[in-house]
Amino acid sequence: MLNTISPAAKADPNIALAGEIIGACVHCGICLSHCPTYQVRHEENDSPRGRIFLMKEMYERGGAPDARTVEHLDRCLTCLACEAICPSGVEYSRLIGHGREHVAAHYRRPPAQAALRRVLAMLLSRPRLFRMGLAAGRVGRPFRALLSGPLRAMLDMVPTAPLPAPSPVDRPQVFAAEGTRRMRVALLTGCVQTVLDTAINEATIRLLRRHGVEIVVAAGAGCCGAPAEHMGDSGRALPLVKANIAAWLREADGPYGLDAVVVNASGCGTSIKAYGHALRLDPAWAGRAARISAMTLDISELMERIGLLPPVVPTGLRVAYHAACSMQHGQRITRQPRALLAAAGFTVLDIPDGYMCCGSAGTYNLLQPAIAGELKQRKVAAIRAVGAQVAASGNIGCMTQLAGEVGIPFVHTVQLLDWATGGPRPAGLEG
Amino acid sequence: MRMPDPDQGVIARRGALAARLRAIVGAQWVLDDEAERRPYRCDGITAYQATPLLVVLPASTAEIRAVLAVCREQGVKIVPRGSGTSLSGGALPLEDGVLLVTSRLCAIVAMDVENRVARVQCGVPNIRISEAARPFGLCYMPDPSSQMISTIGGNVAENSGGVHCLKYGMTSNHVVGLEAVLMSGEVIRLGGGFQGAADGELDLIGLLTGSEGLLAVVTEITVRLVPLPEAARVMSMSFASVEDACRCVGAIIGAGIIPAGLEFMDRKVLNAVASLLREEHDPRTAALLLCELDGTAAEIDALIERVRGLAEQAGAIDIRASRTEEERERIWRSRKLAFSAIGKMCKDYYCTDGTIPRNRLPDILDRMAELSRTYGLDYANCFHAGDGNLHPIIMYDAARPGDLDKAEAFGADVLRACVDMGGVLSGEHGVGVEKRDLMTHQFAPADLRQQQVLKCAFDPEELLNPGKVFPSPCRCAEFGRMHVRGGEMRFPDIPRF
Repeated sequence: MLNTISPAAKADPNIALAGEIIGACVHCGICLSHCPTYQVRHEENDSPRGRIFLMKEMYERGGAPDARTVEHLDRCLTCLACEAICPSGVEYSRLIGHGREHVAAHYRRPPAQAALRRVLAMLLSRPRLFRMGLAAGRVGRPFRALLSGPLRAMLDMVPTAPLPAPSPVDRPQVFAAEGTRRMRVALLTGCVQTVLDTAINEATIRLLRRHGVEIVVAAGAGCCGAPAEHMGDSGRALPLVKANIAAWLREADGPYGLDAVVVNASGCGTSIKAYGHALRLDPAWAGRAARISAMTLDISELMERIGLLPPVVPTGLRVAYHAACSMQHGQRITRQPRALLAAAGFTVLDIPDGYMCCGSAGTYNLLQPAIAGELKQRKVAAIRAVGAQVAASGNIGCMTQLAGEVGIPFVHTVQLLDWATGGPRPAGLEG
Repeated sequence: MRMPDPDQGVIARRGALAARLRAIVGAQWVLDDEAERRPYRCDGITAYQATPLLVVLPASTAEIRAVLAVCREQGVKIVPRGSGTSLSGGALPLEDGVLLVTSRLCAIVAMDVENRVARVQCGVPNIRISEAARPFGLCYMPDPSSQMISTIGGNVAENSGGVHCLKYGMTSNHVVGLEAVLMSGEVIRLGGGFQGAADGELDLIGLLTGSEGLLAVVTEITVRLVPLPEAARVMSMSFASVEDACRCVGAIIGAGIIPAGLEFMDRKVLNAVASLLREEHDPRTAALLLCELDGTAAEIDALIERVRGLAEQAGAIDIRASRTEEERERIWRSRKLAFSAIGKMCKDYYCTDGTIPRNRLPDILDRMAELSRTYGLDYANCFHAGDGNLHPIIMYDAARPGDLDKAEAFGADVLRACVDMGGVLSGEHGVGVEKRDLMTHQFAPADLRQQQVLKCAFDPEELLNPGKVFPSPCRCAEFGRMHVRGGEMRFPDIPRF
């Protein structure tokens, strides 16, 4: 699409890039077919093509965007189904990412909204604070019927079951490979995941060790920065990004080296693979960031490279594989998780309309509870229709959104792979 | 592109009109904020843009009827829009007109497997019908390349085609029933729940299909479903000259073979696709034909051998036939990526759509080459060869002043040449605003007038999608026709037939 963004505005390299991306869009509308918010709302402003138009106008006019524009940009899940389906290769992820930064820099949100976003960006990236927040939430949960909107959504999200104790595996340390060491990797243990479901990292570490991989939980690494980045808050995101890059490069350039940075939460993986882009304009960090992005692998990519050991347990279960958006659209990983589950002896069942987001989308279910709720109901119905015995996914966000609703246990893909190759049966799958 | 002058009086009443419409469809489904109206400025062709007066998103036939009633009472124009994928500007808004968006009417009302029909609301995307029919071994055949999102209502309005329409027919061959709202306020139902239900009456379904939103707002469509072909294989045939490829097209059709699809791609398209996919193709290839054959396995095998023979006679330098589904998809991929590949090669492109008798293919391709030299703009060809439906892709740079005008003039000359060679202005994209001013080249004044008389019979106030299709206003009022207004005929005391 032709745009008339002024040369002065394009002096900002992010706006210049936005102009190029907008220029690649031919307004064909194919993206609408895969956009969850369009499928719910049927309104152009809540579609990728509509948002591209809104951003074009935002940059052409310059200055602060209007409240309606912000509302529609906020409604984007960043699931990136549009980018995966786009015949013209429009890099929507970068466009919306910089669009959000532009909004954050120029638009004054109403105070309550601004405060909520600040709290979320802070809580989610710090496991100890998040744990305390959840404890407070459990106290508040009985009163949630009195509330509506994001606060109600936050209290609804507070798990009813007791939180697991912090796992010793999530502290900085090195786990030796079993048998001959084939590889040495850094594992992102994450932020939210270390609080909500410690079994995922534990299963990942067992699985990797069993396959001859040495694992480093690097000191100084932590949240990938995605919660803040999704809200356009690069000021809060970038220090986290740099801390991770520094921590992993210390290992990579240390005496033992690193073959990969491994991520078992696809939302985080998508973010880390984009570190190179996020810091491309920072001469001090651009090269280092690109290096980390290039060595980052989802656990399913790594396991496929290594080759899964033959299963030792005849599991024989029917698994509904839920492809997280950050996995299938953000990282375009579609084949590997299914192939691994099949190799481990499971019968893998696809979920109808599998391209659709479950509504979790990072902090989306807290900030946009109405649309998130609708998408969740659709996904739950689709999973129930499959007739599986267990559901699996590669992203903690989706698991939190869907577990407890689908009528079957919901686990991480690595937990099933770990079980099949000699690990314990995942909790919840007993009996 | 000149559109009717906006009525400033109507624009001044935007607020009051929005309030009236909100009472019908609910507050959130009327967009009057300028920021929210802007993304509706264009459809699939971005060269033509206008911000609509209001955007209205009704959810039912009853709501559409009520919206039309308010517009008629207020003298406000209406532009219907499905998903906004038209390539002729059919859904180009009017600054003094309501944009009536049908995307919320998206229910598949009934699947009738025994009668092999599906009854669907107008806002259902084309592909959803086939998805719903697949478990029964059926599908909805017309497949415009926008089928993932273009609505069946929009397909009916434009009489859309697609790769498979060579064998299976256009949208008009697949509609067995319609529900439509007329400007008079009537809701009409044509045809019915089985194929042939409309046979006893004047073919109003045929009339409304392809009427580009000028006659009525189609709200529900009953479409024919056909059995999914048991199998399909595609042949890829390279030719060292465009003439050889054209001759092969004629030979295949002339031999009585009806391929499921027969597509042409020229060297520029092949180069663009090859660079996009980082693949290589035979440098001797000047044109490639893709010929899909479907049916039972034995039938396909026999046809492939016949087509192979015809292609060899026409001088093909390389002939391949897919053996597996993966191979078939790989061969089709180049065709499906053609337009985006061209899009990557140039700043902007303009793709138009005309149809010629198949035997004139070499002539029109020569003419295009000549026009390209005259205008100094590059072009490429990728089109439905089997039915002579051309899609010349004219490359230009919208940022360079005058380039768009040149591209449009180039496209217009190609379309004029189509008409001069015995063809027509449109194959499947419709006339819209894009080809509106060329209509006089295809139709004599009397022909156009007769079409306008028909338009006036449906929409005497000319409120439905004005400024499209016809190069001049219909001037219905000047006919001195009698039409019934509020149940009152003019001169009610004069005896009638």
